[in-house]
Amino acid sequence: MDAFLLSRLQFALNISFHILFPTITMAMGWFLFYFKLRSNISGHPVWMRMYRFWVRVFALSFALGVVSGVTMSFQFGTNWPGFMEKVGNVAGPLLGYEVLTAFFLEATFLGIMLFGIRRVPNWLHTASTLIVALGTTTSAFWILALNSWMQTPQGFEVVDGVVYATNWKEIIFNPSFPYRFVHMMLASGLTASFLIAGLSAYRMLKGDDKLAPKLALKTATYTAAVLIPLQIFAGDMHGLNTLEHQPQKVAAMEGLWETTEGAPLLLFAIPDEESKENHFEVPIPYGASLILTHELKGEIKGLNEFEGEHPPVAPVFFGFRVMVGMGVLMLAVSWLGSLYLMRNKDFPVWLKRTFAGMAFSGWIATLAGWYVTEIGRQPYLVSGVLRTADAVTQLPPANIALSFTLYLVIYTVLLIAYMGTLMLMCRRAVEIEEITTEEREVTKAKMQPTDPDPSTV
Amino acid sequence: MFENVSAEMLGNIYVGLLGLSVLLYAILDGYDLGVGVLIPPRTEAFRDDMIASIGPYWDANETWLVLAIGLLLIAFPEAHSEFLQTLYLPATFMLLGLILRGVAFDFRAKVVQVKKRKWDLVFKYGSLLTTLAQGYMLGIYVTGLRTDIWAQGFALLAAFGVTAAYAFIGSCWLILKGEGELQQKAYYWARRGLGVLAVGIVAVSIANLTLHDDVRDLWLSAPWGYVLFAIPLACFALLALCGVLLKKLPDAHGKGEWLPFFIALLVFLLCFTAFGISYYPFIIPGQMTVMDALSDASSLRFLLVGVVIVVPIILAYTAMVYKIFSGKSEKLSYY
Repeated sequence: MDAFLLSRLQFALNISFHILFPTITMAMGWFLFYFKLRSNISGHPVWMRMYRFWVRVFALSFALGVVSGVTMSFQFGTNWPGFMEKVGNVAGPLLGYEVLTAFFLEATFLGIMLFGIRRVPNWLHTASTLIVALGTTTSAFWILALNSWMQTPQGFEVVDGVVYATNWKEIIFNPSFPYRFVHMMLASGLTASFLIAGLSAYRMLKGDDKLAPKLALKTATYTAAVLIPLQIFAGDMHGLNTLEHQPQKVAAMEGLWETTEGAPLLLFAIPDEESKENHFEVPIPYGASLILTHELKGEIKGLNEFEGEHPPVAPVFFGFRVMVGMGVLMLAVSWLGSLYLMRNKDFPVWLKRTFAGMAFSGWIATLAGWYVTEIGRQPYLVSGVLRTADAVTQLPPANIALSFTLYLVIYTVLLIAYMGTLMLMCRRAVEIEEITTEEREVTKAKMQPTDPDPSTV
Repeated sequence: MFENVSAEMLGNIYVGLLGLSVLLYAILDGYDLGVGVLIPPRTEAFRDDMIASIGPYWDANETWLVLAIGLLLIAFPEAHSEFLQTLYLPATFMLLGLILRGVAFDFRAKVVQVKKRKWDLVFKYGSLLTTLAQGYMLGIYVTGLRTDIWAQGFALLAAFGVTAAYAFIGSCWLILKGEGELQQKAYYWARRGLGVLAVGIVAVSIANLTLHDDVRDLWLSAPWGYVLFAIPLACFALLALCGVLLKKLPDAHGKGEWLPFFIALLVFLLCFTAFGISYYPFIIPGQMTVMDALSDASSLRFLLVGVVIVVPIILAYTAMVYKIFSGKSEKLSYY
């Protein structure tokens, strides 16, 4: 294998592993802020108990995100030196702003969130929770600005083969950025919702009848039920934006070879790049044209118009279907759960199992979506500006093979350890009687007249 | 903004900022890596207290490395790719070390008792792998990215030197944060670390003088040689003072516990200053100057706006967090 393929594999591995954790923390920061606010307003200790449980999930996810993120900052230079040589003048400051305005905020105030409650006034603890949530969102803002610029670059000029920034506003707010940012934040919201709902359902299945998991399940299910239609809408808008700026990506998503008026929506097919056709098509006539152009006879450009300039078709085609399929499943499950909740009925066991089984479903949808958009950008690293092959390192392949293997082993172990630890935390939470001495003191000090019986909470 | 800042000026600003990040990283992550290296495999009580002492800080400490590497990438991209492509494998090992210790820190608090010791060991050896790799990288870097046998030997020396320095500042941190038996143990570690560190500084200094002719000329010729001699002199005076303090302080009933850490901080600062004076204006010693590697000025001006506003704020809230968690460390409970 050569340095190009190995570098791509390694980068894909690193970024796929990395994105799992920010996807959780970006939205979970806001969940924690909500729990903390509810606690401040109602004074009911259950909200703080939820905070305590989920802040530990947050801390673990955050740590995994930090350490895998550090490796990314090295790989830009080690594996893709051509990237910084060519577009560093644009990419550099955006990454710089991310570190300065987000990383330090998150990392510093997380310390207060986790360990500071007895040392700082309550308002500062609440503020720290808000600051961490803002930090994770700011981080997403900058990195998605850079990623979107790589998809739809503007606001620059090329002098002697090097990109120079001419207009930062155009660079940051490039055409695909607003759509990608909203789409990703909603994806994060859904991932966190299903994780919270799933692990809470798992706790209940293990015999936890305390109030905290019930309330968490309810909050997360309602959140997911609201976010999923918004996400479908945002995804549709993002698709239209892609059609305008990267039609070859949409053609690959639809598996459309010839430019067609009234193109069908393919529920399934096996795209064959050799013969430039699909096998085993399951079409819905006019579907793709209707969705993408909002007209039955709308014209959609086919892959053959982009000879040598279009991405590999199969991964984009299947990635898109996995993402959409997950989205539909999320819609069904979250709405069904909401129906039970609105009627004040307990979830039957099968529904709890479904939720528990879908605890990590957000990861699958997010990864599939990212594969669609990133593989869909190939053969370019920066659309129309820099080909991926021209950015690669001259490192000896053996060195990259070694580092790739080590990362693969460690990330596999960590992923198993992470999921195992979350489930262990759930099972332990079932046993733990969740009232601490401080909590009693706080409650006493506040003279709460409606202090609930600890054994039932 | 900053339209009138010249490229030379930008080069100096960014190399200064890079220096600040590296120095803060070496001090801040230095002590928490040092604490990691010192983790005793057999005494569980110590392990809990030691890890509790760095709990609220390590995430932010490590961020200075991200900023340093980020600044190198943004302001001096050629140096970044040259440096990290030459040092690809040690950098990979350093990253693996950082990954292992970072996650071990969080996993250990959440798993069952029998598995906790395993994660503690992962934390210790992850830290050790990181410090050795960083020292090795520093060594190769100082030689101007040479890879011959002498450079390798020097890099191995630097690997042990940096590990000793981190262990020393880590034990000084534990003197400040620990109590009772742990603090006694920390005094013992600090005394031993101090000796190793002093030998390491002498060895690295001599090696530095033999590596580059212009560095030797700078340090050993009049008139600058006399002025610069104040740096090693001050450094060794401080180390000697620290040696005395480490003998006396255990009987001082808690007075002046902050002094060893403060001295360690000054020693780091002095060593770093000497290092900076020796190699400026080179970003890679003997190979590439700051101006050779500097990226486009207008992009750097755009980022400078953020730097000027945000860096003081970062320093302020970092100081605030150290104030909030000042005093002896409490047991690490998620409150």
